[in-house]
Amino acid sequence: MAHQILQYMLSGLSTGAIYSLIGIGFAIIYNSTGIINFAQGEFVMLGGMLTYVFLALFDFPLPAAMGLAVVLTTAVGVVFERLAIRPLRNATPLSLVIITIGGSILIRGIAMLQFGKDTHAIPAFSSNEPLTLAGATVLPQHLWILGITLCIIAVNRFFFFHTINGKAMRACSHNRRAASLVGIGVKRMVLISFAISSAMGSVAGIITAPLTMTSYDVGIMLGLKGFCAAIIGGMSSGIGTVFGGLLLGVLESLGAGLISSGYKDAIAFIILLLILFIRPQGLFRKAETERV
Amino acid sequence: MLRVKNINTYYGQVHALKNISLHLNEGEIVTLIGANGAGKTTILNSLSGITPPRDGEILFEGRPVAGLSPDCIVDMGISQVPEGRQVFKDFSVEDNLELGAYLRYRKREKKSVIRKDIEDVFELFPQLSGRRNQMAGTLSGGEQQMLAIGRALMARPKVLLLDEPSMGLAPLVVQEIFRVITDLRDQRSTAVLLVEQNARAALKIADRGYVLETGKVMLEENAYDLLENKDVQRAYLGRDKKEIWER
Repeated sequence: MAHQILQYMLSGLSTGAIYSLIGIGFAIIYNSTGIINFAQGEFVMLGGMLTYVFLALFDFPLPAAMGLAVVLTTAVGVVFERLAIRPLRNATPLSLVIITIGGSILIRGIAMLQFGKDTHAIPAFSSNEPLTLAGATVLPQHLWILGITLCIIAVNRFFFFHTINGKAMRACSHNRRAASLVGIGVKRMVLISFAISSAMGSVAGIITAPLTMTSYDVGIMLGLKGFCAAIIGGMSSGIGTVFGGLLLGVLESLGAGLISSGYKDAIAFIILLLILFIRPQGLFRKAETERV
Repeated sequence: MLRVKNINTYYGQVHALKNISLHLNEGEIVTLIGANGAGKTTILNSLSGITPPRDGEILFEGRPVAGLSPDCIVDMGISQVPEGRQVFKDFSVEDNLELGAYLRYRKREKKSVIRKDIEDVFELFPQLSGRRNQMAGTLSGGEQQMLAIGRALMARPKVLLLDEPSMGLAPLVVQEIFRVITDLRDQRSTAVLLVEQNARAALKIADRGYVLETGKVMLEENAYDLLENKDVQRAYLGRDKKEIWER
């Protein structure tokens, strides 16, 4: 029993890491624009699908295919901002959110027409030989997922706390007017946030594809789970959402294992609803330090 | 160097500035006085591009400003210290100053030059230097005001727009801040457009002043004359009609 629980926890952590990455993408865009970008899941899908396309149709080596997929998805994110978000700077957040839903349907539709409705797998990054860890088995891909997620979160943190552009993005999300008065171009910040979010989303899509397969519609569920992680984390683009994702992954995996795998997705949404009812500010949001 | 010609600014349907014209010369402190809602803050925000005027002209060193985005205007050399300080509360004092130099970082200016300017701000406001790693939100009101001015100076502005710098501060702190403002004029020949509720204090350090009423310029004179002006004394300097009469 204990082994089993450890097993569920471990696989939960690796799916949770994916949710964290996607959730941070939601949070970054939310913090710079005030909208929820429901096309975030499609960036995840594009990461996996494009990697598959470069591998299967163009015979690229795996690292090159992955790199290209990230670059291309980032480009899609930037173009999406330019075409769908920027021209409507004065629209209400609600209409922008609806536009992102429209964008997500469009991207998904194009992906379906171009790549078909089949489910595809991309090969694991290293061997598929399971490792044994205190009685639980772990696939090397799980370790890849955790490792890459950790790296990305570290890079992200460095960017937001130690580079001038990262600080400017945070400043912009805290106080947009003051940010523009010191010369921080809000439009530029929004563009950067879309670029970062789509890049992170695509990485999440790529590293999970060897385990869970990919198809044109994986973005819907993964996007919603990432959204859920961001809500648990109080829309922070940092540690809060990371914990939110990991918590969600572990609970989902425990629920699926101990209750029934049929409830796997339901668990995420029950948590989402509970958080929204009880602690809409998220589990980890600190009280603000403020003095007037 | 800064010339505003007949601008009209609206908030939705509300006509907030009506044909405002004013100018600001290099190395000059000009104050805008007037009651609440007279349009003082709106003038500053029109200059900064936050509420761009609907028509009229704003020229800075001969180049048009109206219609540009706030970051371009900062880039040209016009910085605003907004009402209520608006420092970045979750950032350290140093980070706030660094962000003030954001455009200079983007232009790849030497980091050592920017560091030097940060130290200059600490020299200007010694109170801040002991708190450089403290979160700005935990500073006192006066320190936040100093930080907001320092942050604006980090962009090396030629024109500084100050919105109610004395609001809610102790008289001694106000004195200190006004001392720095005059220093800026005298030593760096920065032009200052100063919006103040505390009209007397503002007129004492200013060279000229404009009196605003409901979105219009009612009077423009040098500061000394405004201080002596009977109507201004009665309306904005808190002197009784009777007092003036009896003198």
